[in-house]
Amino acid sequence: MAVILKTYISNSPGGVLQIKRAFRVWQRHWTVYTKLYKTSFALNFAEPALYLVAMGLGLGAFVKEIHGQPYIKFIAPGIIASSSMFAAVYECTYGTYIRMTFQKTFDAILATPVSLDDLIAGELIWGATKSLIFGITITIVIALFGLVDSSLIVFAIPLTFLCGLIFAEISIIFVAIVPGIDSFSYFYTLFMTPLFLFSGIFFPLDTMPHVVTSIAVFTPLYHLVNICRAFSAGTFSGAVWSMVWIIAAVSLLAPFPFRLMRKRIIP
Amino acid sequence: MDIVTAQGLIKDYSGLRAVNGVDFSIREGECFGFLGPNGAGKTTVMRIISCFLPPTAGSVTVFGMDVVRNPSMIKSRIGVMPQDNNLDPDLSVFENLIVYARYFDIRKKDAVRLARVLLDFVEIQDKANVKIEQLSGGMKHRLLLARALVNNPDLLILDEPTTGLDPHSRRAVWDKLNHLKFRNTTLLLTTHYMEEAEKLCDRVAIMDSGRIVAVDAPKNLMAAHGGNLEDVYLKLTGRSLAD
Repeated sequence: MAVILKTYISNSPGGVLQIKRAFRVWQRHWTVYTKLYKTSFALNFAEPALYLVAMGLGLGAFVKEIHGQPYIKFIAPGIIASSSMFAAVYECTYGTYIRMTFQKTFDAILATPVSLDDLIAGELIWGATKSLIFGITITIVIALFGLVDSSLIVFAIPLTFLCGLIFAEISIIFVAIVPGIDSFSYFYTLFMTPLFLFSGIFFPLDTMPHVVTSIAVFTPLYHLVNICRAFSAGTFSGAVWSMVWIIAAVSLLAPFPFRLMRKRIIP
Repeated sequence: MDIVTAQGLIKDYSGLRAVNGVDFSIREGECFGFLGPNGAGKTTVMRIISCFLPPTAGSVTVFGMDVVRNPSMIKSRIGVMPQDNNLDPDLSVFENLIVYARYFDIRKKDAVRLARVLLDFVEIQDKANVKIEQLSGGMKHRLLLARALVNNPDLLILDEPTTGLDPHSRRAVWDKLNHLKFRNTTLLLTTHYMEEAEKLCDRVAIMDSGRIVAVDAPKNLMAAHGGNLEDVYLKLTGRSLAD
């Protein structure tokens, strides 16, 4: 977070004032979200609940235990990670793209003192906020079902925000380069689905060919799953390397959404 | 005093020169119009003045500030009514104004009061809680105008403010613009309607192929070239009605 703000401030003159303007963009999204959440909030739980029931109970009837845990308990922390990932990605692919093109919301905002950098920062932070909202709610639900062993899981919540920033960054980079909205199917099929399947949510990756593990350690979801699983089991040690990885990835990716969106929007 | 000055303004889009070395200045309190066929470069000039696009070469200052160096300062003092509807469809009519006011750092209490005054001004006060999609085309235009006035701008930029409107709605927008002129707001507009330019503009610049071919008061242009403003326009842009 600090790194992204630093990158963003160094990109545009004027310093701290811009953060306030990025906040205005965030506030716009918050206003819309709180207006609509009553009708869509329940839906947020539907998909994670379906995975838990189908995989946890269905497959769990055959796979009794993984690493000494009942199968449903094994996958539960991964569902927190994947739900928070999809929340940021939906928001910053389709959401951002629609605001940028069809709704022309970006045009309207850019006619005000808000700059393009403010706007992109607002989008990124909002995407991460969606990850956080999902991270919190899914954690509560999973804890209520008794699928979490340790209260250390609360430390995973800020990490869902940070990892949400990575997903928001990747999504906005993609938005900046796609020719049209149809291209998102490539993003989802070729990037999101493999990520979802091979990040250790449903099975430990050590059973897979070495190449799969080697690729997985370079993906954000793998690390968030790692963190959620470690904290859920009550240990910090397995999560340290993943936390470092996430912080590094947020910072390394930070300049690109700004640079590429500038290229796309300002001819 | 000049509110906007442009010198040697050039804008290229991937090899294509959209604006080809134009100079002009807009005085405080006047209504200045850009006329010209599609693709003449009017909208590009407007977008540069509203700090949306950086010029390729030349300089543009608004309120004495450079558009590249001080965009946010300039934008805090201008209002922009775009050609296309870009109202926020996720928000109601009233919320559109409130959220827009927030971008200008206007306090909620003031924004609420302002939004009521503006909805009264454009005569859609009874639509405050309606969704954007339920507004007619004319009402959307009027809301866009109200939104452009949220920060009480010193310069109001209007890109084809009445295109696509029926005669009643067009008159309604003209009335409002005349009212603003009376209040000494500087207006800058593009239009395809000669009647609009004649009725509203103190001076017009006629553009063709990225250049300004004439700048003067409509009555002076008519006196110099003969006929009405449309005749002058067609003559200066080198097109006859048959084209």
